[in-house]
Amino acid sequence: MVENRPWLDALTHLVLVVGVLIVAFPVYVAFIASTHEPSAFVRGVMPLLPGDNMVETYSRMLGEGLELAGTPPVWLMLTNSFWMAMIIAVGKIIISLLSAFAIVYFRFPLRTLAFWTIFITLMLPVEVRIMPTFAVVADLGLLNSYAGLTLPLIASATATFLFRQFFMTVPEELMEAARVDGAGPMKFFKDILVPVSITNIAALFVIMFIYGWIQYLWPLLVTTQEQFYTIVMGIKRLMAQTDREPDWNLVMATVILAMLPPVLVVLSMQRLFVKGLVETEK
Amino acid sequence: MQTKRSIFTNRWLPYVLLAPQLIITLIFFIWPASQAVTSSFERQDPFGFRTTFVWFENYTRVLSDPSYANALWNTAVFAFGVVAVSMGFALLLAVCVDRAIRTARLYTTLLVWPYAVAPVVAGVLWWFLFNPTIGLLPYILEGFGYDWNHRVSGGQAMALIVIASAWKQISYNFLFFVAGLQSVPASLSEAASIDGAGPFKRFWTIIFPLLSPTTFFLMIININYVMFESFGTIDATTSGGPGQSTTTLVYKVYVDGVAGLNIGSSSAQSVLLMGIVIFLTFIQFRYVERRVNY
Amino acid sequence: MASIKISSVRKVYPGNVEAISDLNLDISDGELVVLVGPSGCGKSTLLRMIAGLESITAGEVRIGDKVVNKLEPAERDIAMVFQNYALYPHMSVRQNLEYGLKNRRTPKAEIEQRVNEAARILEITRFLDRKPRQLSGGQRQRVAMGRAIVRQPKAFLFDEPLSNLDAKLRGQMRIEIKRLQRSLKTTSVYVTHDQLEAMTLADRLVVMNAGRIEQVGKPVDLFERPASLFVAGFIGSPPMNIFELATLRQLPGTTLPASIPAKADLVGIRPEALRLEEPAEPFIALEGTVELIEPVGGESHVYVNLNGIETLATVVVQGRLAEGEGSHIKLFMPASALHSFVSETGQRVE
Repeated sequence: MVENRPWLDALTHLVLVVGVLIVAFPVYVAFIASTHEPSAFVRGVMPLLPGDNMVETYSRMLGEGLELAGTPPVWLMLTNSFWMAMIIAVGKIIISLLSAFAIVYFRFPLRTLAFWTIFITLMLPVEVRIMPTFAVVADLGLLNSYAGLTLPLIASATATFLFRQFFMTVPEELMEAARVDGAGPMKFFKDILVPVSITNIAALFVIMFIYGWIQYLWPLLVTTQEQFYTIVMGIKRLMAQTDREPDWNLVMATVILAMLPPVLVVLSMQRLFVKGLVETEK
Repeated sequence: MQTKRSIFTNRWLPYVLLAPQLIITLIFFIWPASQAVTSSFERQDPFGFRTTFVWFENYTRVLSDPSYANALWNTAVFAFGVVAVSMGFALLLAVCVDRAIRTARLYTTLLVWPYAVAPVVAGVLWWFLFNPTIGLLPYILEGFGYDWNHRVSGGQAMALIVIASAWKQISYNFLFFVAGLQSVPASLSEAASIDGAGPFKRFWTIIFPLLSPTTFFLMIININYVMFESFGTIDATTSGGPGQSTTTLVYKVYVDGVAGLNIGSSSAQSVLLMGIVIFLTFIQFRYVERRVNY
Repeated sequence: MASIKISSVRKVYPGNVEAISDLNLDISDGELVVLVGPSGCGKSTLLRMIAGLESITAGEVRIGDKVVNKLEPAERDIAMVFQNYALYPHMSVRQNLEYGLKNRRTPKAEIEQRVNEAARILEITRFLDRKPRQLSGGQRQRVAMGRAIVRQPKAFLFDEPLSNLDAKLRGQMRIEIKRLQRSLKTTSVYVTHDQLEAMTLADRLVVMNAGRIEQVGKPVDLFERPASLFVAGFIGSPPMNIFELATLRQLPGTTLPASIPAKADLVGIRPEALRLEEPAEPFIALEGTVELIEPVGGESHVYVNLNGIETLATVVVQGRLAEGEGSHIKLFMPASALHSFVSETGQRVE
């Protein structure tokens, strides 16, 4: 459509630039803070231009952590977060692919019951059933373990539903052709269905990885040993130093390090991520 | 419930395929949830040795407790604030990106990343900016003669968690609004333009009404987000204070259960909260069904 | 190669919906049989029952001398060509052709040789390394055919394979399928709702309606002697004119032969049978006003109002009609070309 309104175009870009700046501002301030020495925060107002203490702050947090606050090295927490997010994402994708396959491509007694059993988990976020879930995990002896960290979060049905929806749109004839070609159910699953779903799997992986990474309350409850701390909950421990202002430069360095991996995942897989988010949740 | 027209006939395989998810669901969802329901009807003595069945006593106590009413009110204010701020801002940006076709991709990149920021981290970032001692924003506000201290003022504490939560949610809302705008056929806007409507009039009379499915969907999602995922934001910034002024329903479940060890009350609150979620989900599904026919 | 024998087959869907009722059909070795009928007539269901994609409620399907009711599709040694081709989108054309053979553990060298041979016959050798989405509709169609050919099955099953192609390509592929089937001599069952496709392809034509067979026979026989009103209406384009005998008798200027059976109350006249000149043999005559002329290339379809009867009579005229719209014309046809039906049963009477 031909539309010649230069002032409107200018306004559009102005709004966008201001919007981008507002969104980025807190992170900018945090980054600046992480490059200063602790003494920079005593004078009253936080600095707005970079300091010269960046390398030292980051290498200290990555390498040693903060003993005083009971915080292990950030490197260790990043590794824990990575494995937690990975196990959750991969675990969810595997069990949901299998169960969605069963629900869509088979008809069997109790199918509806199984469907609803899984479905109901959509309505119960972990925050709501936090106490009893904690009790179950404790009874099973899974506190301070990757299994305890991940299993209760793996079970949610979102991925199952997205795969179910997607499988319903896969042409019937594909499965029929495979049957005529002599493929049994698992061969069809492996040779045809999974390869055909690969874009959806990748998109979902991005979303689930982030979901796993940003978990807070659950890791806070089930981990008491430093070796299992995740980065997101570690930040809270770092801040909770009683009786004094936190070491701002160290906290903000940790914040930046905690944000970096998932943000990079989103940015590097932007197309997949947007597709996965918008197309699957609608 | 639908399946494919033709199906595999294997008798035991579907059960094997379903087993992993069903087992995990039963152990970590159904069992704890039923525990929550059971203990919401029970009271434990202070040492945890004995439990007695007390019918609806926990519920009546929770519902008549002024602090529960307070949490309910806080949740409503919080939800309204986040929905209004984050969706309004996201819609404005989405409309602009929709106009700026050539640079849309770049702006999108610059706006999507907060999706990946953990709610706690969002809380910490804004808490730092609003820190009464060294924060930048209180310093600026002071210049205008406004005194900011969210450690004292309940209203300011609420404003802080609203801003921090809304900030994180902008990217999500933005992406859906962009998708919604793209699905409005260009011919409609063109027809309105031929009918002599200017860009603002076109937006409010044609495009915004057509976006209403997206808007409604986002409202439900945002309310859900505010109810549960914002836990980290609150815990990192205000810890529900000052004086319970930012204690929301889910935060209260946590405080009463984990910190206060009042299992009966916490469970009753959990069950009430599940009721609210089920209600919201129900609305969402009714609405999704309607949209399919529409 | 094999014959297919369908005996007393029924298909009942959940909810007691009967899609096929007591159907019998013998297809001999090497024959190309076309199942044709309107949508919902059960033709696809029947084909899918032969393929093993649909369970058989009652009766028996034999391929060769083996009862296949309980066999998986893959065990029936048939190949199928689907309406939307159903090519595996993530595999190259070569992998698509190989897949069925690999699953059957065919030796590598033989797979290679069969795929190359099929590709040569179908002229898709240049596309072997492409993905299906890089091919045009016609090329995909060939690949789908190729996937059936490489298997060298006992029978080919075609489920409306041409309906996704445009008219021109459809005509081309029709001829190719016919040639291919002639040279391979593989027993084939072909489902379509397009009567022209059915007429031109079939060795034998099966017209189906509401889960039953209306008529089986050579296409020409079905055209010349339709056994029922349904077949008469379905086969032939433009469709046969059907008139009530009583109404026709009252019309001025109408001559009808004495040979019409007493039971008949409906008569059918093929648009192609009507002439403008009086023939020498005993004839039927009608007269009316030209309402509309549709020029269709070499011939014209003329719609004639027979003095106020609601249904217009359709006439196919070679070349152009000399008279214009609105003019009064007389129509003739040999008495032997008249079809007589009983409206109550819908059957033909002689």
